[in-house]
Formats: sequence, C-alpha cells, structure tokens
Amino acid sequence: MDFINALINGLSLGGTYAMIAIGYTMVYGIAKMLNFAHGDIIMVGGYAMYVTLLLVGQPIVALIAAIVFCVILGVCVERFAYKPLRGASPLAVLITAIGVSSLLQSLAQIAFGSAPKMLMAVQISGTVTLGSIHIAYYTILTLALTVVIMVAMTLFVKYSKPGRAMVAVSEDRDAARLMGINTNAIIAITFAIGSALAAVAGYCMLIKSPTLTNTLGAMPGIKAFTAAVIGGIGSIPGAMLGGIVLGVIEAISLSIPGLAPFTDAVEFGILIIILLVKPAGLLGKARREKV
Amino acid sequence: MSEVLLKVENLNVYYGMIHALKGISFEVNKGEIVSLIGANGAGKTTTLHTITGLIHPKEGRVLYKGEEITRTPAHKIVGMGMVHVPEGRRIFQGLSVYDNLLLGSYSRKDKNEIKENLEKVFVQFPRLAERRTQLAGTLSGGEQQMLAMGRALLSSPELIVLDEPSMGLSPLLVGEVFEIVKSFREAGKTVLLVEQNAKKAMSISDRAYVLENGVITMSGDSRELAEDERVRKAYLGA
Repeated sequence: MDFINALINGLSLGGTYAMIAIGYTMVYGIAKMLNFAHGDIIMVGGYAMYVTLLLVGQPIVALIAAIVFCVILGVCVERFAYKPLRGASPLAVLITAIGVSSLLQSLAQIAFGSAPKMLMAVQISGTVTLGSIHIAYYTILTLALTVVIMVAMTLFVKYSKPGRAMVAVSEDRDAARLMGINTNAIIAITFAIGSALAAVAGYCMLIKSPTLTNTLGAMPGIKAFTAAVIGGIGSIPGAMLGGIVLGVIEAISLSIPGLAPFTDAVEFGILIIILLVKPAGLLGKARREKV
Repeated sequence: MSEVLLKVENLNVYYGMIHALKGISFEVNKGEIVSLIGANGAGKTTTLHTITGLIHPKEGRVLYKGEEITRTPAHKIVGMGMVHVPEGRRIFQGLSVYDNLLLGSYSRKDKNEIKENLEKVFVQFPRLAERRTQLAGTLSGGEQQMLAMGRALLSSPELIVLDEPSMGLSPLLVGEVFEIVKSFREAGKTVLLVEQNAKKAMSISDRAYVLENGVITMSGDSRELAEDERVRKAYLGA
C-alpha cells in the first residue's frame, strides 16, 4: 500500500506544482517571457500570511490577505520591472526577472531576518485512515484546491471574455490588438491570476510544513518551471498535467529507499528524456519560428 | 461633395534608418471602395498599419471622422468603427470558428447587436456556420479569408481596411473575395483595399492610389487610372 500512499501524496504535491506552473506557463504564453521571480511570489505570500497571523490569528484571513498582497505585488512587478522592457531583447527581460527574484528574497531577509518563521497556526495535522492507506488532511485540502483551481481555470479560459482574449493574445498579439483587445491589460490580468495561484500554492506548502524562510519559493519555483516545460510551456492544460506528473514521480521516487536520495536527479532526468522525445513538451505544439 | 471618412496627411514612417513612407496623403470618402496598389515593398502594408495604430508615424496625421487618431492605440480604433483585416488573415488557429467571430466583437458591448451581426455573418458565409465548432486552423485558405472578413464584420465597422485579401487563393476564390468586398459597399460600408492583384482591385474600386517606394505617384478614378499607359505597363501587365 506504500505505492498508493505515495501516489496520493504525489497527486497533492503535483497539484501544488501545477498551481505554480500555471502562472509560469500563462506568463510565458501571453507576455512571451520567463518570469523567474514567480517562485518568490510564493515566499512573499508566506510572509503576508505570517504578518496577518500576528495581527488577526485566523489562517483563512491570512490566506486571503496573501492572495490580495501577491496579486498587487505581481501586477506591480509587471508594471514597473517588465513593462518598460516590452520589445527589448528576451535576455534583458530574463536578467530583470532574475534580478526581481533576488530583490524579493533580499527584501524579505531584511524585513524578517534569516531565522525561519514557524507558521504553526496554518499547519494542518491529522490523517484519515482507510485500511492501510493513510491520507493527511493537508493532502485532501490540497487536492480539493487543485481540482477547484483546474476546473475554474479551464472554464475561465474557454468561456469568459478575458479568458478568450488571453488565448488570442498568446496566439498573435498584433491580431489581438486589431480585435480591440488591450494587450497591456490582458498581461496585467495574467500576472494577477498567476500571483493569486502562487499564494494558494504557498498556503498548500505551509499547511504541510510550516517553516517559512526567504527561499521558500526557490525550489518549488524551479520544479514548477520544469513541470511547465514537461507539459509544454504556454499550454495551461500542459502545466496541469506536467505538475501532476512531476509531483507523482517525486513522491514515488521518495518512497523507494534506494532512489530517495536521488529524487531531484530522477525528476530532472525525466525532464531531459521527455524533451528528447517530445521537444515541445507533452501537450505543447511544435511551433515553427518565424524568420 | 461626399463626406470624408478617413484622411491621411503627410505620413512619414521610419523603420530604423529606412524611410518607409515619405509624406503620403490621401483620403477615403464614405461609401467608397478605394484601392491602394503598388509593388512589393512600396509601403502599402506600412500605410495600413499606421492608419490602424499598430505603428506610429514620425510625422503626419491620421484623421478618422475628423478626429485625430495618429497616436491612438490600435485596440481603441476598432471601437471607433474602423477595422483592419491584416495580411495573411491572422485568424486565431487554435480557437474555434465561433470563438474567432466572438473575438471580432470584442469591442462591442451590446449583446443583441453581436447576435445580429453573428446571424448576418452566418447568412453571408454559410460555410462558417457549418464549421462553427471546428478549429480555425483546420479551415482551407479560402475559408480562413472568409473567417477573417466575417470576424471584422462582428465589430460593426463603418470602414473596413483590407490587406491583400486575395493573397494565396485560387482564381475561383479570388473572384469570390472581390464579390464579398463589393457586397461591403452595397451594405453601406466603406472599404480601403490594398491588393497585389491591381487589375481586379481597380475593377471594383471607385478610386485608386498608386504607391511607389513610399510615395503616392498617381491617383484618380479607378477606371481612368486603369487606362493610363504607365499603370497598364507597371501593374496590369498590358
């Protein structure tokens, strides 16, 4: 039954990766940039929760405060760091994103110090036992949030006016402008949604393990980026699938004693294999570059 | 004297060091089909991109219904009643025919108006109605052009700017596309048409301008211009 336990843990871990990966992939599809500061939004959301908990003490209020704060931060980062570089070389934008990442980490360190903060109030303990299968409450909550977010995102993109506009902008920005779509507004909405999802992902991480440091988002950010690439960067269903695949692989690898220490190597090795077989990712479309 | 819908004054556009448009001026009156003809690289597409706000000129003005729109961003111009059907159709391949049409109505708020426009487009282009749930990328070239034009109609335009609508189509479809352009005028709309197929373009337009290396060299009544010896030699292959 270890395998089933690992699978369930993997689905919930994968759900967290998927939430982060959706932000990566949407920003890539619509603004055509890799936002390497995306993982750090998770960390900032964590500190927003920490401060709210000190003031109010209610985990749910803390989560809402984190979402609001992250949305504002994400939109501001886009407005002041990335928007001035619209049309600049991709390398300049990439370096700026790395700069924003290190800026956020440093600011958090200045504001809150290097010692980890423990968010015991958000931690959720306890398990449900079904025969030999043990499922933690935080796993159930994460899975539920993942399903809600995936369904909501799918409906939003398919049936809402801004959702359709997002697809149009990601396919052809100039043609979208000719339809009357304000592409700057759509890019801002994209950053807002991505940041909100990052805040939720941060919550899912902290209910499991409540240790908060200024590098909380670094590794999950890289894993989620890997997930987005596995799924096919630019594709929202791809990010969902890539996140789940990566999370399940990670959990299963961790459950096998001989393999556990090499889990990161296993994950990135699978990324390499998938890219060798399907260079555009599992659900990505092979695009011809315009010359 | 008919009402001037679009007026372009002394447009100068640069791409880096390249002076692409060298002070061109022209106008389009309400209810006309005006064609802009010229060789590859003469500046036809650049002219259209400047008019609909995709690029901004260094000098000169664009006036639509008397209002200056020279620096108005592209996404605001559609809502004013001028729509641009770009070269190469630029439909959203990964979206359904229906979603493409809905995106055409993005600038419209009135639900009833959108519904009416949709019905009109489906009557005019029955193929689009048949294929409404199909992904736009799976349509044939001719159908994609119909979709691009139908999508433009969803914005309730007064002035339709068409860039090479017949490009890459079979002769039969070329004829059909020009019939559609004529139908726009019959429906009371105004058309600014850029075409490689100068002969066809001049046969359906009221007036024409000839663009050469970023300068308008000739202009006038399409029928008279089509008789001009230089135009015949250079553009009509006679």
